This record gives sequence, structure tokens and C-alpha cells, in this order.
Amino acid sequence: MTDLARLSAADLAAALTAGETSSVEVTQAQLDRIHAVDGAVHAFLHVDDEGALAQAKAADERRTAGTDVSELLGVPIAVKDIATTKGLPTTAGSKILEGWIPPYDATLVARLRAAGLPILGKTNMDEFAMGSSTEHSAYGPSHNPWDLDRIPGGSGGGSSAAVAAFETPLAIGTDTGGSIRQPGAVTGTVGVKPTYGGVSRYGLVALASSLDQAGPVTRTVLDAALLHDVIGGHDPLDSTSIDRQWPSMAAAARAADITGLRVGVVKELGGEGYQAGVRRRFDESVQLLVEAGAEVVEVSCPHFELAFAAYYLILPSEASSNLAKFDAMRYGLRVAPAGVAAPSAEQVMAATRQAGFGDEVKRRIILGTFALSSGYYDAYYGSAQKVRTLIQRDFSAAFEKVDVLVSPTAPTTAFRLGEKVDDPIAMYLNDIATIPANLAGVPGMSLPSGLADENELPTGFQILAPALEDHRLYTVGSALEAMLVERWGGPLLDRAPALEVSG
Amino acid sequence: MPDPRPAITRDDVAHLAQLARIELTAAELDHLAPQLAVIVESVAAVSAVAAQDVPPSSHALPLQNVFRRDEVRPSLSPQEALAGAPESEQQRFAVPRILGEEA
Repeated sequence: MTDLARLSAADLAAALTAGETSSVEVTQAQLDRIHAVDGAVHAFLHVDDEGALAQAKAADERRTAGTDVSELLGVPIAVKDIATTKGLPTTAGSKILEGWIPPYDATLVARLRAAGLPILGKTNMDEFAMGSSTEHSAYGPSHNPWDLDRIPGGSGGGSSAAVAAFETPLAIGTDTGGSIRQPGAVTGTVGVKPTYGGVSRYGLVALASSLDQAGPVTRTVLDAALLHDVIGGHDPLDSTSIDRQWPSMAAAARAADITGLRVGVVKELGGEGYQAGVRRRFDESVQLLVEAGAEVVEVSCPHFELAFAAYYLILPSEASSNLAKFDAMRYGLRVAPAGVAAPSAEQVMAATRQAGFGDEVKRRIILGTFALSSGYYDAYYGSAQKVRTLIQRDFSAAFEKVDVLVSPTAPTTAFRLGEKVDDPIAMYLNDIATIPANLAGVPGMSLPSGLADENELPTGFQILAPALEDHRLYTVGSALEAMLVERWGGPLLDRAPALEVSG
Repeated sequence: MPDPRPAITRDDVAHLAQLARIELTAAELDHLAPQLAVIVESVAAVSAVAAQDVPPSSHALPLQNVFRRDEVRPSLSPQEALAGAPESEQQRFAVPRILGEEA
């Protein structure tokens, strides 16, 4: 019998359409898998058995009635705990939001519900999406299914681990500097950061509003495209949402013809500081693109070297402002300072934020407060904004010569839990190749490119396209994926060690 | 123009934390201050472009103001809006005293 939990979303959709299975059966299979392996993986912060099964039943009824049948109707999904879910806890990985039940759905969650995707639960993440490993989650780290002693990437490591461990075929991530793509790279899964404004930010707990973007986390490029089509599109509730008609990403993924495609290898992303096995798998994938008829050239984006510094000024600045709303007054934690009779609001605020925020959040809020303080604003924040312009110009110049840019997604394979947790700079450098896309708002995808020779851990291949040209990612990604899977003799995740099943 | 590479001291961090309304313990200050100094030093590279005549970008893509009609539309009920409040009273958020005097 087919193990339903191992099927792709597209295959599940086909089986549902053919009447070979039901959403209740599929959803139950995923819940069983979650209960069997999540004790070890810890991808989920909250699992909603009852709600997911009720939504699955409703999806089956919709299918029977034959009305309003979307392609992914009945295919279950997990949602990063940064998106508000009406009636389900939403913590953003922070103690300050422990126990908070939002009274409304994020737009993307509302779209999942409208399309009939049962929501299995909420996935773990670094607190307020600050991190590259999930080790900054207030609820403990998630574990990489390839090696449980290693990180699943971050901030969306819960979503990537859940997908890689076959706990769900689909998940939602958010990407501010790489939080969808880097977890994809280190877990052998697919992650897409759409064009800024392509997916509504309404109802997402904001980290850096000018950089944040939600997107799909899946095992295949086609699944990512199908999910992108469900969650994307204009939303009047997000003033930065792009008001236009988008082409079908699924159709782009199914096209997969790259003859004559011009591909630029970014000179600044992939040299020194990148693990040998990561580089080798990257070079092989580039070679496959050439064999499929693409023209490959090297492209220089000289200002990418300043992207890291600009990002770690812009992000903390915006975050320090966004997180000011966690003030113990309207929702979330409230802590009274010890030994103070009748404390003031300010004292309660300071005591609550001391107790409710973890180290990394405190670091970044203080850094942002510093960058925005008078006397330093021009030298730091002002310069960072200039760098942002220069990076956008680098992208514009590059995309005059090529259709897509490519690089390794992350400089290394998954590192060990604990290895970098108290070394902020080492942690920040994981995002070195993914940050430029956020600063320029362009879309990016990571897909698995193989296993590094030195440690047999997954490596990621990043594709970047001009703003609004997200569909190119899917065409190129699925063409490359097809060639790689053929070479491997099956999906990369088939080679991941089997997880011990409990319960 | 200030020195573009100020050493960020333990006292600076304590002051910034106060501005950000985060009470830090002495142990946290000892731990975070040297880390922040390293981070500030590593992001100071952006000052290389400070003198260049380049317009700053605050957003990835050009933004336009967005308007909607001034019409009543469904919103949260008072009960829903107050559901997460640490404390509420008479359909309002109850907060600690906001003035300096003892309550």
C-alpha cells in the first residue's frame, strides 16, 4: 500500500481527484506521522488533530458536491507560527506571546481555508524569525531529519523539518533574509520567497516590514508552485501588496523548458567561505543547465559584499520599531517588576520585555535602537539605505544580461545544534547568499542540488529572478529538478535516514 | 559627523536597553555588550558609501499610497479585541498607572 505521508501534494491531489483516497484519510496519515516522529524532530509547536480532521471532512464533502474544487482541495498543510490563525495559538516562537489565541486569520491562512487545505498545526521558528537554526525559539530547537543533532535551518526550521520528515507535504514559511530558502537548502527541500508584495503580509507577526515575505515550503518545485498560486495575489488589507494579475506558477513549473535561457552565476556568491561540497554540487547543477540548452555567464554584483552589513542595520532598525507593540498592555505577557509596589506602565513594560524576549531578540532590538539613534543615523541606517539602492542597481544591471541569477543557497550544509548559538556573527553569515534578494525585493527559490561529499548532507541551489518574474523560478527550478532526480534515481529525500517511529 | 566606528560600551548598551524598554540584568549586560560591539564593528562597512551621492531606498519596490472608501466594514467585536488582554475593565484595556505619582 502507498504510504500517503510520502506522496507529494500534486500526487495527493491527483489521488483525491481520482477518488483513490479521501482528505480525511490523507490528513489522518499525516497526523499519525506527526505523532510518530515529532517527538524527535520537534517541528511543531501546536498540532490541531481535531480541527484538521474537521477541515478534511469538509473538503471531502466539497469534492463530493463537485462545487468550488481547487487543485489542492483536501491536501493538508502546516503553517509557520508567525501567521495568525483564528482559534489556534500563535507565538512567533516567543514567550511573550505564549498562550495567545489570535481573533483573526492572516490573509494567507484565510486563503488556505478557502481553498480547503486542512491545517495540521503551527511550526517552530526562531523567536520572531530572528535566526538561522531555530535555536532561538523559546520552545526549544527543531531537529534536522537528516541528522537529528543538526539544525534544520532558520528561522523557518520547523516548516522545513516537517516537510523533510514527511509530516506534511506542504508548509508556509516567511523569508526576511533567507528564512525560507536556507532551511530548504539544509534539509533537502524546496523553498520559495516570492517577489516582495506578491503574498499578503496581513496577519504575519512583522519582523522587518520592508523585507518580510511569505512563501511555500515543499518537497517538489511543482508543489511550491501550486501552493504559491493559492496564497499569492493582491490583498487590499496589505498596503504593499501588488495589485496585478499573476500568471499561474503551476503552469510555469509544468512548462520546464529552458532552451536558450540566459543564466548568470553571481561571482560574489560562492567563492571563499563556501564549503567545498556545496560548491561542487552547485557547479554540477550549473553544468546540467548548460546541457539542457541554457547559456551560462558569470555576472558581477559588486555591492552584494555590503549586503550583509546593510541588512543587519535595516532589519534590527525595523524590528526594534515593530516589536515596540509588545508592551504588555493589549495582548501577550504582562510581568510585574519584582519588589515594586504599584509599578508604572513603563516599569511593567521593561520587566515584561526582559522576561518575554530571548537573547537574540534583545540583541537586535538594542542594535536597531542604536542604529536609529541621533548622531549615528546617517552613518549607519542612512548608509545602509544607500547600499540598498546600490544592490537594486546591481540586480537591474545583471538582469539586463541574463534571465535568472544562480548561486549556492547557503555557504555550508547543516551545522550542529549549539555550534553557533552564542556567536551572532557566525550565525548571521548563513544568510550571506540569500539577503540580497530581500534587500531588492526580487523573488528567489532554493531547491536541493545533492549531498556534500564530505558529510552526506543536503546542499541548496538558489535561483533569483527579476521582481514580478516569479514564474521563471518555477520553470528553471522544475527543469533542473527533473534532471537531478533522474541522475539520483529518485528524490533526494529518499536517501534521508529513516526516523525512529514512536507511539 | 561622529566617529563612524564608536566602541559601543556596556554603559551605552544599558542606556539603549532603557530606551527600548528592556530591563537587562548585570549578567545580561556583561554578555550582550561585547557581542554588540563586535556586531556594530562588522556592520560599520556600510559607511564606505556614506559620502556617495546615491538616493537612499527604504523599500524594495516603489510604493504608492493606498486609499479605500470610508465605509464601515466588519471588524472585531469588543469581546474579541479584548480576548488577549492581560487585564480588562468595562470593555477597555486595563493598564498600570502611567504617571509618576504613587497610585
